[in-house]
Order: sequence, then structure tokens, then C-alpha cells
Amino acid sequence: MPRYSFPKPKGSEITPRDVYLNRRHFIAGAMATGVGVSMVGTARAASAATQPLTFKQGAAPVLSDKPTARELATTYNNYYEFGTSKGEPAHNASTLKIKPWTVEIGGEVAKPRTIGIEDLLAMELEERIYRMRCVEAWSMVIPWVGMSFSKLASLVEPTSKAKYVKFTSAARPEEMPGVRSRILDWPYTEGLRMDEAMHPLTFLTLGMYGETLPNQNGAPVRIVTPWKYGFKNAKSIVRIDFVSEQPRTAWMTAGANEYGFYANVNPEVDHPRWSQKHERLLPAFFASRETEKFNGYGAEVTSLYSGMDLAANF
Amino acid sequence: MSYALPKSWIAPLKAIVFALSLVPLARIIYAILFDTISLGANPAETILHMSGDGVIYFLLITLAITPLRKLTGWNDLIKFRRMMGLYAFFYACVHFLSYIGFDRLFDLSDMAREIVKRPFILVGFAAFVLLVPLAVTSTRGWVLRLGGARWSALHKAVYPIAILGIVHYWWLVKRDITWPVLFALVLAVLLAYRGFKRGGRKIRAAS
Repeated sequence: MPRYSFPKPKGSEITPRDVYLNRRHFIAGAMATGVGVSMVGTARAASAATQPLTFKQGAAPVLSDKPTARELATTYNNYYEFGTSKGEPAHNASTLKIKPWTVEIGGEVAKPRTIGIEDLLAMELEERIYRMRCVEAWSMVIPWVGMSFSKLASLVEPTSKAKYVKFTSAARPEEMPGVRSRILDWPYTEGLRMDEAMHPLTFLTLGMYGETLPNQNGAPVRIVTPWKYGFKNAKSIVRIDFVSEQPRTAWMTAGANEYGFYANVNPEVDHPRWSQKHERLLPAFFASRETEKFNGYGAEVTSLYSGMDLAANF
Repeated sequence: MSYALPKSWIAPLKAIVFALSLVPLARIIYAILFDTISLGANPAETILHMSGDGVIYFLLITLAITPLRKLTGWNDLIKFRRMMGLYAFFYACVHFLSYIGFDRLFDLSDMAREIVKRPFILVGFAAFVLLVPLAVTSTRGWVLRLGGARWSALHKAVYPIAILGIVHYWWLVKRDITWPVLFALVLAVLLAYRGFKRGGRKIRAAS
């Protein structure tokens, strides 16, 4: 049965958590001596497809939980373009060609442009450790590498007509087996309100665990909004449009009563399938972690929604 | 057109089938103890899926025994039906316990609220509850106590149970209904065979 076949790392390939965490000291030491971040690659054997990245430590709310093992975060994925089971993306995503890759940015902007992935990678990058909460009531803690989305937005100068941002993911039937069946209305689309998109926590993500993104995690570029359910974090983005109307997202089309536009993590707003009061911090067996409003980022983002009925705007 | 295995083969064959039916459980226990990574990042969910699939497989096997026996004439198959039915119940227990343990943290009032609130859990729970009397009355003693006709009327409950089980699966998947559809097709064939047989008998009786 395909649903149980998780790519199984050899025991020798599993990074002990403390080694991963110590890697940070490694980098700090390496930087101090001018050796540079090539040391990142030596702290752990880089997987074939990913490349080490150069970045600084970013400012993000500090989490009490340690990062999820990389091997788990890269083998348990919701990425329907590569199959609907959690293990399939890691099996199937190597067919995605991420070089060359460009992101077209347009819509209500003064300077529309097409930007190559190499130009994004050349920008100043930082690492942010965010909690990632899936609508399916599980969560992980992931060290992402990238930049605030607002940095990219400032390059194209959105006009006053820009009220929302729409993200469009790649949909390539030849490279993405899931796209050949109409599980979702391809291409995958997501969106944010302008103030959400420009919030400093909204992260244009190019890497994780110190390296470029593995394909199954949305290479080469995705968006991460840590206070929203994971499906808001569109993967493998090819188009970004600044628009005047609220975009209709792929999951809203699939089931508007279950997946709203805002999709803010909220234990008080129930979902038809999953109770959102608790979550399973993977790989825990028990769903014993109490879900926090806005996924714990309330101090940063609550003001975005003042006066809004969060149950109606779920 | 009927044939039978030598009588002395039945007991060893039963032992083999019994052991093979424990393989899913053995996989789960082995993985929990020695190899959690093989259960993936969400081991509790994998266990829920494995045990849930176990229920559907054993229900379908149980329901396939009579048609297979009639089509092949191999009457010994009936001797395995109770075991298959009890394994369906056994994996339903594993599934149910995993759910109330891993998902609901043994909080029974929370579980009750969830059952009432979510239709897919309600139908799954209904299927489980309906399985209990069938498991209890599966012994020879209960067949005698109830009498053959009443016993088999009671055990016809396995048909709605199987339907509820597959509805439970169908309603819980988010988008990709491939597997529930396949299971539903197999169940439809098995149930249609019975309807067809009964219709055939009626026609013969009338003529």
C-alpha cells in the first residue's frame, strides 16, 4: 500500500537533534574564522539535490520546542501535485525541474518583473525557526531560510490598488504526476491580504535546515505564514500577482465550507473534520499539545484582525 | 462440483491463516518497539490507517467467503469465515483504541462530543458498536442458543456494517477517494452477488 511507504533513512543518515543544533555553533565559529558557510555542508552530508545556503540568524519569536528532525519534515508532506499520501512527494518530487526557475511578478505594481531564482538566492537571507501547524491537527518546528516577503514586494512597488497578493504554484503534468488527475483545481493558488503579506513574519522561503528546499518541500521558492494553517504556504511559486480583489484559492474551490481564505490557526474555530483544540507535535504519538491562537504568533499578528469576526472569516 | 481437503489439513491451515492475519498487528508492534521511523513522521496516524484498512480487508474477506465457496465448490472455506470476521472485529478494536488513545487522549467526554459532531466518526463508531454483538455471538454455543435462523438473521448485520465502514473511510478522506471507491466497488460486487442469488432462488421457486 503506497500510503505506508515512507522513504526510510538509514540509521546512519539520521541527524541526531543535538548535532543539528550544534551546527549553529559550527557556523558561528566558521564565520568568525572567515572560513564561511561551506562548513554547513560538512556538518551533515548534504542530500544530493539541495545546496548549502549562506544566511544570518533572523529575528523570530523563540519557540520552546526544538526543530523537528529534518528527515521527518522532508518525508511527510502534503504536496498533492506529487500524490495525495504523505510519503509520495518525497518519492516523486525529484522529477520537478527547478533549474532554470523564474517567478513572474505583476498585477497592480509600478515595476512588474520576472526574477530568476538565482537573483533571489543572492539576496541577503536569514533563518527563522517557525512552528508549522497543519489543518490536519499536526505540527512541526522548522528552520526556514529566506527573507520577509515585503523585501521582494518593495522591488516591484505595489500601487494603492493592490489589496491582495495571489500566489500561483507550478502545475506541470509531465513533472508532477498528481497534476494529471483533478484532485484540485490546478494550478494551486493561494492568497493573502496586503497587510498580511507585508507583515514581517510572512516569509519568502528558499531553504530549510540550512540548505535549499528539497523538491517535496516546495523548491525552489515558497511562502510561509506561520500563524496560518499549512495549506496557505504555497509551494514552488511561479507567479505572484498583486490584485484588487480577494483571490479564490485552490482549497476554497475544493471546499469553501472547510477551507477559508484566512485560515488563521485558531483553537476556538472548529473544522468539520478535525478538532483544532489540540495538535500532535510530530513525531509524538499523542495529540496532546494545546493549539495556540494564531499558532502562538498572536502578539505579532492579532492587530491585523481587530474588529474582525474570526469565526465568520475562518 | 464440490471438493474437500483431507480433514487433517484443516487445523494446520487454520493455524497458518491465524498467524498470517496477525501480520499487520505484528508490524505495528514491531515498529512501535524497534523501528518508529518506519511509521513515518506521524506514527499514530499510520497505525490508525493500518488498523482501519485491516478492518475493511477482513470484512471484505469475510463477505467473499460464501461467494467463493459457491463459485469454486470448495466448501472448506466456510470453516475460516468466523476467524476472518473476528479478525475484522479485532482490528476494529485496535483502530478504536488508537483513536481514543492517540487522538482523544482517553478523554471519553471529548470522544463523545467528537462522535456526535462529526458524521464520519459517527458512522465508524456505529459500525464498531454493531460489530460487538456479532463477535459475542460468534461461538457455536450462541448459534445453538439463538437457533440457526435467528443467528443468521442477526449476522446479516455485517452487510450494513461493511457499508458503514466504507462510508466512514469515504467521508474522512480529504480529496483523493480512489481507495474508498475501490473498496466500495468490491463490496458492491459481493453484495450484488447475494441479491442476484436470492433473486435467482425466487424465480426457481416460482416456476
